[in-house]
Amino acid sequence: MVATLVRRFSDIDVAEEAAGEALVVALEKWPVSGVPPNPGGWLTTTASNRAIDRLRREKQRDAKHQAAAMVHDDSPHEPTGVVEDDRLRLMFTCCHPALAQEARVALTLRLLGGLTVPEIAHAFLVPETTMAQRITRAKAKIKGAGIPYRVPEVEDLPDRVGTVLAVLFLIFNEGYLSSGDGDPIRAELTTEAIRLARILRQLLPDEPEVTGLLALELLIESRRAARMRDGRLVTLAEQDRSAWDRSLIAEGHALVRECLAVGRPGRYQLLAAMNAVHTDAPSVADTDWAQIVALYDQLAAIDASPIVALNRAVAVAELDGPEVALAIVDRLPLASYHAWHATRAELLRRLGRDADAAAAYDAAMALTDNTAERGYLSGKRDELSAR
Amino acid sequence: MTQYLLSVHGNEEQNAAVTPEQIQEMFASVATFNEKLQADGHWVFAGGLMPAATATVVDGRAGSPVLTDGPYLETKEHIGGFWVIEAPDLDAALRIAAEGSAACQGKVEVRPFQSEPEA
Repeated sequence: MVATLVRRFSDIDVAEEAAGEALVVALEKWPVSGVPPNPGGWLTTTASNRAIDRLRREKQRDAKHQAAAMVHDDSPHEPTGVVEDDRLRLMFTCCHPALAQEARVALTLRLLGGLTVPEIAHAFLVPETTMAQRITRAKAKIKGAGIPYRVPEVEDLPDRVGTVLAVLFLIFNEGYLSSGDGDPIRAELTTEAIRLARILRQLLPDEPEVTGLLALELLIESRRAARMRDGRLVTLAEQDRSAWDRSLIAEGHALVRECLAVGRPGRYQLLAAMNAVHTDAPSVADTDWAQIVALYDQLAAIDASPIVALNRAVAVAELDGPEVALAIVDRLPLASYHAWHATRAELLRRLGRDADAAAAYDAAMALTDNTAERGYLSGKRDELSAR
Repeated sequence: MTQYLLSVHGNEEQNAAVTPEQIQEMFASVATFNEKLQADGHWVFAGGLMPAATATVVDGRAGSPVLTDGPYLETKEHIGGFWVIEAPDLDAALRIAAEGSAACQGKVEVRPFQSEPEA
C-alpha cells in the first residue's frame, strides 16, 4: 500500500503518513461498521484521500497537487498488477546505488519490510536516533537528488537487480550470522530477506540470479535448527542432519534445477548449487566434494576475490587433503579476516600442528564479536590442549 | 527536469604529470561529449578552471571585504571544471556524469540544484 501511495504522490513521507492515518481510521470504523468487502482497496482509497487532504492543507506546489488528484480520479480501484509493479519500483528506489549501502538496507526494511525504526535499530545494534536519522537522510536524498521511482531501463537492469540482491543477501546474512555481540542468529531478518526474495522472484521471474538468491537463502535457512547447540555455532560437518528442514530443502532444490535449465549461471545460483550439493548428502563423507570444487572454480571465474578462494580451499581440503588446502590458504592476503584464521586453525589441527592451530584459533577469536562463533572457536581450541 | 552540477575533482600535482598528447586527447573527447550534450538537449553551461593557486577567497560579510590568497579549502584535491546539465532524474544525470568522467579522465560529483524556492 505504501508503495502504491509513493507512486501516486511521489513523496515517501506523505505516503507513509497517509497509510498510518488510514489504518487508524480503519481501527475506529471497522469494529462498528464491519470490515469492507475489499479491505486493501478501502485502505488505499482512504489513505489517498488523506494524502490529498494533507497536500491541500499544506498548499504545496499546485502541479504536484493536481497531478495527484488526476491520478486519484482516474484509478479508484487498484488492479493487482499495478500494486506489484509499485513494490518493484519501491525496491529499486530503496536500493538505489546513489544511496549508501547501510541506508539501502534500512530503507528496504522500513518501507518494504514494514519493520519499525526501533526494530531496525535493534537488528543492526545502532541507537534508534542514529537509525531514524539514517532513514530521514536517505529519504531527503531521494527527494532532493531526484532518485526516480521506477524500474530501471533495460540496459541498467542487470546491475540494478544485482544491487537489490546484494541488499537482500546482506539482510539475510546479518540474520544468519549477526556481526554484533547480541543474539547470534536473528530469525526475523532471515525470514524477512526470504519474504522479500520471494516477492522479487514473482516480479522478475526471468532473472535467474533472483531465483538463485531465493534458493540460496532457503537452503541455508533449512539448516537453522541444527546450527546452534548450547549457544555455540555448529559447523556443517558436525550438524545433526535429521534436524534440517526437508520442505525448505525440497523447495530450494527445485529452484536450483530451474536455474540449471536456464543456463545463465551467476554468483547466487552457484552458491545455491553448492548448498544443494551439501543438503543432498547424508553425511560430510558422502558429500560430492569434486562437484563443490568445480562450482567454486566457476565462481572464481566470475569473482576473483580472496574470500572465494578461501572458501574454495575448504572444499579442496576435503578433496585433496589439508596440506594442499593450507598451501592455498597461506597465499591469500586475508590476515585481518577472522574466517581466514579459523580456516587455517582447522587445517593445522588436522595436520597435527597443535601449537600453530591454537595460535590461529586465538587470532580468529580476537577478530569476531559473534558470541556463538567465539564459543565454537574456543571449544575447538580447548579440545586441542586436551589432547 | 532538474538541473545538476557535475563538478570535476582531481589532484593538480598528479594532473601536471600528464603529457601534452594526453591533454590533447582529453580535450578532444570532452569536446565530443559537449557536442553530444548539446545535441541531446542536456547542455546548460560548462567550463574548465585555471589552477586553484589562481583563486582568491573574499569575505564580505562584515564591513570592508577581507581577501585571502588561494582556494577556500586547503587540500590537494580541487575542482578543475564543471558542467551544468538538465536531466529528467538522477539516473539520467548519473549516466551523463559517467560519460563526462570518462571523457575528462576525472572523478565527477553530481549535485542537484535547488528547484523553485519553497513557498
